[in-house]
Amino acid sequence: MPTLELSNPAALPADWRDFVALTKPRVMSLVVFSGLCGLLVAPVQLPLVLSFTAILCIALAAGACGALNQWYEVDVDAKMRRTAKRPLPAGRMEPQSALQFGIGLGGFSVLLMGLATNWLAAAMLLASILFYVLVYTVWLKPRTAQNIVIGGAAGAFPPLIGWVAATGHVAALPLLLFAIIFLWTPPHFWALSLFVRSDYAAAGIPMLPVVAGFESTRHQIFLYSLPMAAAAVAPWLLGMTGPVYGVCASVLCFVFLVLAARVAANRATEPSAMDAEKHLFAYSVFYLFALFAVLVADRWLAW
Amino acid sequence: MVKVEDEIIRKRQRERARVMALLLGAFVVLLFFITIAKTGMNW
Repeated sequence: MPTLELSNPAALPADWRDFVALTKPRVMSLVVFSGLCGLLVAPVQLPLVLSFTAILCIALAAGACGALNQWYEVDVDAKMRRTAKRPLPAGRMEPQSALQFGIGLGGFSVLLMGLATNWLAAAMLLASILFYVLVYTVWLKPRTAQNIVIGGAAGAFPPLIGWVAATGHVAALPLLLFAIIFLWTPPHFWALSLFVRSDYAAAGIPMLPVVAGFESTRHQIFLYSLPMAAAAVAPWLLGMTGPVYGVCASVLCFVFLVLAARVAANRATEPSAMDAEKHLFAYSVFYLFALFAVLVADRWLAW
Repeated sequence: MVKVEDEIIRKRQRERARVMALLLGAFVVLLFFITIAKTGMNW
């Protein structure tokens, strides 16, 4: 199919697919899944349409975060190979359109959540959007190597919101689910940032490998994996889940720790020799999906 | 070139209008079922 070079692509109305791309659909899948699990393990079963709406609101809020993040980081994204083809740095969309889309989507998701479920869930959804955009994207990310440690809280909200949407209150189990994702985020992102370090360095983002070096980052990955594993088995040890979850979580955490130890032992500085980091990154995504799926299965077996 | 750009603008406007109509339609259906579920819960 022949392509047409336009003098100024941003002067055209943006393609609707570029609005979808602004929402970072791949990141959204994990957010939606963890939110769904929070909702499914709650002791109260919402009507199907309200459950669907709650998950839809979490997805839309995640999309709003993605759009506002890309609007704010357009200059940074243009400097990184991984992100240079996004709609804004590629010049396929006016920044103003992305900003309006992000604010509109975020506001709509919060209002719909409040109307369909309850206003505590809506307030938490709003807090998670503001935390991601203002605390993580604007404040922490360009300033400190601890950006992902504190900013990880934004991604940890969905299971808590899912639970609150169903029950109307906060409890110990969803707080543990929050802690699991919060503690999982640093090893997950640091594994990625090791093999895309040059991208972050070129964009001036102070990710840990850029600021503290490879060895220190690998050491931190292993250290952070320990409390993450402890948080993952805590629901079983505290009697909130059954043995199905306990055994599966223990095995999943053991494999995570082995892969994190392999990363800690690696001395490579070239991305081509970072198989251990790439394996840990890929496994960390599977790990979170599997852990939450097993939690839902365990709770359903108990009922 | 202006004519080609004009065609692209029209095509994108048509596509965006179609997507918007679908989303609004879906929203109306969703609101209907939310209303049914909420009133059903309070009975």
